[in-house]
Order: sequence, then C-alpha cells, then structure tokens
Amino acid sequence: MGVSSGPLLGGDGFLTTKISAVANWGRKNSLWPMAFGTACCAIEMMGTFSSRFDIARFGAETVRFSPRQADLMIVSGTITYKMASVCRRIYEQMPEPKWVIAMGSCTCGGGPFDSYAVVQGIDEFLPVDVYVGGCPPRPEALIDAVMKIQKKIDNEGPPIV
Amino acid sequence: MTSPPDPVDQIRERISGYILSESTFRGEISFAVGVESIVECCSLLKNTLGFTYLVDVTVVDYLTVKFPRYEVVYLLHRFGENYEENLRIRLKVALEQDGPAIDSVTPVWSGANWLEREAYDMFGITFRGHPDPRRILMPEDYDQFPLRKDFDVRDRESSKRSFERALDEGLE
Repeated sequence: MGVSSGPLLGGDGFLTTKISAVANWGRKNSLWPMAFGTACCAIEMMGTFSSRFDIARFGAETVRFSPRQADLMIVSGTITYKMASVCRRIYEQMPEPKWVIAMGSCTCGGGPFDSYAVVQGIDEFLPVDVYVGGCPPRPEALIDAVMKIQKKIDNEGPPIV
Repeated sequence: MTSPPDPVDQIRERISGYILSESTFRGEISFAVGVESIVECCSLLKNTLGFTYLVDVTVVDYLTVKFPRYEVVYLLHRFGENYEENLRIRLKVALEQDGPAIDSVTPVWSGANWLEREAYDMFGITFRGHPDPRRILMPEDYDQFPLRKDFDVRDRESSKRSFERALDEGLE
C-alpha cells in the first residue's frame, strides 16, 4: 500500500493497494457467524454474542441462522454422527469464503464422550480453522478465536477452494 | 380397630393369575409376568385397576449374570384420589437370548409407542404388533443394539457407515 499526494492530482491524496487487501479488510471486520449450537457450549456462545462480552466490538454480531448468509461457522456442542451429516450439509450451504471455529472440548476431540455415537472431533468431516478448548470455554476464549480468524484472514486471505 | 385394606393386596388378588413371582425392595413392588400374558395383564391393570399412566418401558440385559438374558421392565403409576391410592408398581418379563420378542402394549397405552421404539433401538427387543417399529434414536440404517452388554461402547464403525450413507444421500 502506498500513499501519495502529488501536485499533479491537485493536492488530493490517493493510495495504492490490492483489491484482495481491501476485500480481506472488509471480510475480517464483518464476519457473519452461523451459530451451530448443539449443547452447553451454545449457552456460552450466546453470552459472547450478548451485551456483557459483546462480539459486536469485533464486527461479528450479525448472527445468522441461515447458512446462506454466513461466513463463519461456530460449532459449539457435542456432535453425534447422526448430527454430523446435518452439520456438514449446513457447512456446504455456506457461500465461500468461509471459516470454522470448533468451540469446546467435544468439537475438538469428542470431550468426555468416548462413545459409539459421538464424533471424536469435528475435523473428521469439516476443515477447522481455530480450535477452542474448554468445557465450556469462557467467552474471552471465543473472542480470542474470532480475533485469530481475523488475523488469519488478514495474513492469508480467503481459503483457496 | 382393623386397618384399612392394603391397596396392593387388592391388586395382587386381581392379577394373581398372571403373576409368576413377586419381590419387594424398599417398598417398591415388582411382579414377574409371563411373556404371553403381558397385554392381558396390562389391560386389566389399566382398565380395571386405574393404572392409567405408563411411566417407562425399559430393558435389562443380564448377559451372563442371569438366565434368561433379557428382562423387559414396565413401570406403572396409578393416580388415586387419596394419598394411599397413589401407587407405583413394576412388571418384569424375562425374555430369551435368541430373538427376544414380546407383544406391544401400545394398544393399551399409546404412550408405549416411543418407549418401545427406544427399547428396540437400544436392546433389539421386537415388539410384536407395534404400529411403527422403527429406530428412534440411532440412524435408521444402524445395524447394532448399543446398550446390549456384549456391544463395545467405543465401536464407532457402524455410526461412521450410517454417517457416510447419510452424506451420500444428501448429495444426490
């Protein structure tokens, strides 16, 4: 990015940049989360969205329950194999570019449920960008995950599909 | 002064033809009932003796601990006008290891529908005459009965297969 204010332009400044830098700046500051809450972590996620912790400060307050209007999927809660196919379909319905946060121990690795029905980590069927441990994680941890996603978008841009 | 008649005595008297044995543990009464007479016994208890509420239908798998292997357990409740008439009793039906099957009590209590579906889903007990004998919790094409004691609870292979099939169907 360069800034110039040469006399040829009548003193008005202009700056040079890349389209991708501007697009990523916009993307990272207005993430629209798709809240995929299936268990107790979803309660903590709601706490993160609401006034006390206020994820709006990071531009991610527009929670969509329609995957077609979202670009950040926050999977919070135990995912069973029966739910996994639903979760995957919802992810596939989200438009590109899109990111995934695995919130809580269950989504990261099955949590305490080492059983026949529970997926031992959603990375078995989803490309996870940020893992948040904890049972459940504090809202600060989820905010940290959102900031990490922002950093990732800044550094890498949208995932190449 | 004579004490009032024990309501359990009255019930015992009425269903004595169906009872194989009886046991009491901390005031909870259990009757063992033959597999062929469960529906008759249940309709008598509901229609004549006021047990309008089927609390739960569940199964115990004794595997090697006891013979026969399975026991279907019915928890029944009666709401009486007086405190003493409020009663909860338990019926137990023993079932063989091979192809365990019992008549459905859904015609007696419609609430038995989902309870029996769950018992089938988890233990593989067939409920004859059930109006909707599908699985209720696990995927419909799941091929195990997870609460049987000879099932490895960490065995995720069947779940994975069902998941893959569900994905394929979703993409069509």
